[in-house]
Amino acid sequence: MKNRLKVLRAERDWTQADLANALEVSRQTVNAIEKGKFDPSLPLAFKAARLFELTIEQIFQDEV
Amino acid sequence: MNKQETNSNNWQARTKKNTINLGMWTFAWVVTTAIAAFAPKFIWDFNTLLTVTAVVINVLVGFGMIFANKKHLHGLDEMQQKIQSGAMALSLGVGLVLGCSYELLEDIKLISFEPEISHLVIVMCITYMIGIIKGGAKYR
Repeated sequence: MKNRLKVLRAERDWTQADLANALEVSRQTVNAIEKGKFDPSLPLAFKAARLFELTIEQIFQDEV
Repeated sequence: MNKQETNSNNWQARTKKNTINLGMWTFAWVVTTAIAAFAPKFIWDFNTLLTVTAVVINVLVGFGMIFANKKHLHGLDEMQQKIQSGAMALSLGVGLVLGCSYELLEDIKLISFEPEISHLVIVMCITYMIGIIKGGAKYR
């Protein structure tokens, strides 16, 4: 699954560790999500959406 | 991000606490296992009451370790849990399959020695570590 997490994080000048702290996950997990290697669960996707004040679809896009 | 920072600090602190807790229970289990294994022979000359007490304590501490491990797993984030569950599935599967085959080897006279449970434990631990490394590499 593609996502804009890295761009959104960079726009806010956050490090991966900052985002990981905000989402209550490890930095490795943030890295894996950003690289599209790990797809977050719906609750985690909602948490990211709330954090960036966007909808889930504005952050995550299904790869067809 | 103040509230979130507080939450995350709580999460990190909780994860650290769970890890330390698991480490302490594991250490206690190793120590009580060593006591139950060696003390009857070298310290109290197979006194039944002391030996039974040592074994009971060992089992109780073992259950403590299991619950600490469960708490530790539940405290991890979803990707870490996925890596752990993959490694555990691999370890359980290899332990079951190789354990049965290993036991069979003696029954069908292909090996002359008695299969040792410690060999199986070593194989399962190595498999678990391989699973963790493999899982970590997959999401790197």
